[in-house]
Parts: sequence; C-alpha cells; structure tokens
Amino acid sequence: MSKLVISTIGPASSVQDGGRHGAQRYGLTPSGAMDRLAIAASNTLVGNAPFAAAIEIGPFGAAFTAREGAVRVAISGAPRNADISGCAVASDTSMTLADGETLTLGFARGGSFSYLAIEGGIAGELVFGSLAVNARAGLGSPYPRPLQAGDELQARAASGAPERRIELPFAVDGPIRVVLGPQDDEFDDAQKQLFLDSEWKISATSDRMGYRLEGPVIKHLHGHNIVSDGTVNGSIQVPGNGAPIVLMPDRGTSGGYPKIATVISADHGRFAQTPAGKSFRFKALSMPEAQAEARKFAGLLRTLPDRLRGIENFELNIEALRDANVAGSAVSAVDARTWQTSSPADAPAQD
Amino acid sequence: MAATLSPPRILPSGDSAITVEFSRHIDDTANQRVLALDRRLADEPLPGVTETVPTYRSLLVHYDPVLVDFAALGDRLVALAELPVPPAAKMRRWRIPVVYGEEHGIDLEDVARTLKTTPDDIVARHVAGDYRVAMIGFTPGWSYLSGLEAFLHMPRRQNPRLLTPAGTISIGGVQTGVQCLAGPSGWHLLGRTAVRTYQLHREPTFLLEPGDRVTFAAVDAKTFAEQDRAAAGGEIVAELMTA
Repeated sequence: MSKLVISTIGPASSVQDGGRHGAQRYGLTPSGAMDRLAIAASNTLVGNAPFAAAIEIGPFGAAFTAREGAVRVAISGAPRNADISGCAVASDTSMTLADGETLTLGFARGGSFSYLAIEGGIAGELVFGSLAVNARAGLGSPYPRPLQAGDELQARAASGAPERRIELPFAVDGPIRVVLGPQDDEFDDAQKQLFLDSEWKISATSDRMGYRLEGPVIKHLHGHNIVSDGTVNGSIQVPGNGAPIVLMPDRGTSGGYPKIATVISADHGRFAQTPAGKSFRFKALSMPEAQAEARKFAGLLRTLPDRLRGIENFELNIEALRDANVAGSAVSAVDARTWQTSSPADAPAQD
Repeated sequence: MAATLSPPRILPSGDSAITVEFSRHIDDTANQRVLALDRRLADEPLPGVTETVPTYRSLLVHYDPVLVDFAALGDRLVALAELPVPPAAKMRRWRIPVVYGEEHGIDLEDVARTLKTTPDDIVARHVAGDYRVAMIGFTPGWSYLSGLEAFLHMPRRQNPRLLTPAGTISIGGVQTGVQCLAGPSGWHLLGRTAVRTYQLHREPTFLLEPGDRVTFAAVDAKTFAEQDRAAAGGEIVAELMTA
C-alpha cells in the first residue's frame, strides 16, 4: 500500500464521487462532484469506475506527494499548470508519481474545479453508498471535512500500466441551457423574458450549496414565499431580493422560494465550472430537447473508455506542455473571495 | 365505490425529476395523497424512478431520462395519484421527550405573552397535540410535523436566528418541528429533545419516516441531561408506541 500525502491544498477541495442517493427524503443532500464529466474522465484514465471517489480541487493550487511507494493518478477538469518535480504534465492524462515525487497544480484557469483520481480509488467508509464530503452533515470519508495540508489518502501501489490521455469533446461555450419550471407560473412573461434575455454573473459568495447570480432583479407575481417543495441540482430559485440562486450538489433538499427554471443535467458541470464574474446567459429548451441532451450526455459518460489514447509520441506531449504553460494564472481579488463561506445573513430559506 | 381524486399537476424539475403537485398550500389531504403516492412507488417501483422526496404538498420524483421520458412518466404518475388513498399499512407512533422553556426553549415566555396565556398552557397544548411527520427536509432529520392546534399558529420570526441548538423543538406558522442538527431557524423555540432524528453509526440512521405519528412528553432538565448522554452513545431515547 502506498499513500498520497496532501502537501498543500486550497479551500473548497474535498473527496467527492457520484454522490449519496436515496436519503433526500430524510433531508440528506446528495453532494457529489460539481463536474460529473471531469470526475468521470479522471477516473476512466486510471481504470476506475466513472464515479469512484476522487479529489475535487477548488480554484486554488494544490500539491500531492507519493509516499511508501509509487501512486498512479490522473487529472481532469479546469485547466491549470501542473508539474511533477518541475516537469510540466498535461491535464486529461494519467501519470505515475514515484515514491517521494510531488505533483504540483497551479490555480484554475478558466474554470473552478479539477479532479485528481487515484488508481484503485480512495479507501473509506461508505455512508449511503458514498464517500462524498458533506461538511454540514459531518459526512465524508476518510475525512468528513474539506481536505487540508497534511491529510493522507491510502492508495494502491501503482500498477505500472501504460499512461493514457483522454480525448474529450471540445467544451461548448454557449448559453447555459434550462427547462422552465417547476414554479415558472410564479413569474409573469416579462420577468421570464428578463431572466432569459439578461446577462448574468456568478457572485463571489457562491459555494457548493448554491451559486448566487448577479444581474437584474427578477420580480415575483405573488410574493417570494411558497410552501417548501423538493429541489434538484440546478434548481434556480428566486428569493425575496430577486437575485436568483442556482442550487448545487450540497443544496438543501427542500426550499421555500419559487423556482423559475432548472439547469439541464448535461450543463451542470459546465455551469459549475463558470468562474465568478464571467458573463453568461441562459437559454430555455423544450423538455424533449433537454432529455435528448441528457441522453447524449449519458452516452458520452458511457463511452469514455473508448476515448482513451496511448501517450505514444513526444510531439503530442510538447503540444500538451505548451497548452499547460499558457500564461494567465494570476488570481484576482474576486477569485480569492469566491470560495469563502457565504455570510450568515444569507442563511437559506426555511419553511 | 371511492370517487377518482382530482389529478395533481405534473411540473418539470429539469430533465431528470418531476414535481407531482397536489396543492399549493399546506394541506393535510394533499399531504396524505403525497405520502400515499410515495408508498405506492416504494411498493411497486416504476422503471426509471431513482428516488422520491415527499414534501407537504408535492412528491418530487427523480428519474433517469435514459430509461423513461417526462411525458410517459408524468402520465403514469397521474394515473397512480388518482387512485384512492389506501390506509397506511403500518403506522408508527413515537413519543418524544422534551425539556421546555428557559435556556432550552428561549422563546417559550415570548410565545405565551404573544398568545396571551401562560408558558405552562403553551406546554400543555403542545404536549396534547397528535402530530404527523409531513416531511423531512432542509437539513438531515429536520422533521416538519402537521397537526399543530390553531391556537399555537404564529408567524415566523422577523429575523431568523443564524444558529439554533441541535434537538430544538419549535413552532412556525401552522407547523411544529423536530430539528436534529444545529443550524439557522426562523421558528419560535419551545424546548429541546435529546432524541437524534439523524445519527450516524446507529441503526436506523434516520429515526422518523414521513407519515409517522408523533406526540411529545415534557421532561425536566435532569432527565434531558441523562437522555442526552444516552442518546450520544447511540441509544434511541424516543419511545416507540404501538399504533
């Protein structure tokens, strides 16, 4: 058994997987990876099941060191500079850290979350079938909290399998697609149009529970209190101040604000990766269109192993290196504030 | 012959969940229909349905859009929801011990003043109630109970508290509730229970189920302290009564 020691890590970094399902009826939120495609890609690279537990790394940098033997890992998700002992490595590839070697990751550029999958997965105690950290409920294994420097994860000794890269489809940069409802009838047509026609930005006070949006004020037809009903990942609720909140995997399982629309499941990861301060728009899809996208996305997840390629040629690595070294990793003051806990005055609605 | 019930509204919650809405209000009949549909789906699962989440007035049905589409599942759910509500097969009744007032229920005096009665009368009325778990949500184990007598209905606090203790027993609007974890709340705090409605490494992890009956019993601070120690060790200090 080897282990992976976390030398440094920023906030909003935790062990995540496909999430905890079946207990939302008891108020236990699913948690799980913010970007399902990226965690699945990283796991696929090291031969794990797509939603095995992996390390979700927030926008800041991190460093991981192999101890007591070699550890094979893979990174995917938000682009960032990465190197092993000073030699740059590319995202969307697997790599083996020799005993004592350190993988260093820089700040996320143009996204928020990266995933570090460990060959053989992460050992821990499953609760409702998941190791995912849900700090509020004291859940998650091996650590029921965000990761900190000095934490250690048991890891299987590296298999020595040939390293791989994975060819993912080009990221779409279009609008975030939604299906209207379930409470779009709590808004008149003009307000729905305003929601769909406006430019939005993600506020710096966002977290794994919800992304707060900055833009025009959306007004309710009958006030902002409804009798609580169930929420899903991507529910867009509009509280009393008219500033929508998109609910993320650590959301409350029920909420008492009207939900104007819901982000389609195929766009959850892309939305989660949208950095604070970047402008974007929403676009409404019909239900058949949204479900066609969901099936396409499920197909992509299912066929990830077909997208694995060997790392056979040096030219390719040079390309990857060049890409990995693109400048622009300075983190702005806005980024630095993004992952703080939201202020207590923003306590969620309870009904 | 029971008449066919009015159809619920089928509302889209994205591409992978349907909200089956029976009412827009807190409504006991609607809640019974929610719980009945929830039981039906547990007894005879529909293909593609992955998880159900009952609330006061609606049932959220999560499904896999690869296996079933919105229109087809919506039709099936409407058909099931129109069937007469069967009597609940096994109704459980819990008695939950509560220490009322003082530092354990800091709003008891205020509630009594607002309702122009005594703290003892508030406690007597709260203990006399026969409640049903209408839904569990917000945070793990937070159990919303219906059946609060009209005299105790009170608007929520203007300024919600950012932190209220674990085990808080409170009232808000037409509801009363058992809160498990410490957290924010805008309700009026009457007391505390040592009962953990959610506790890891205990069987069952979640004590209450939607549809369970609940009554409260007043205990003194010393009993609460003893029960709290026992409960911390994994003991279920709520009493399960026969239905």
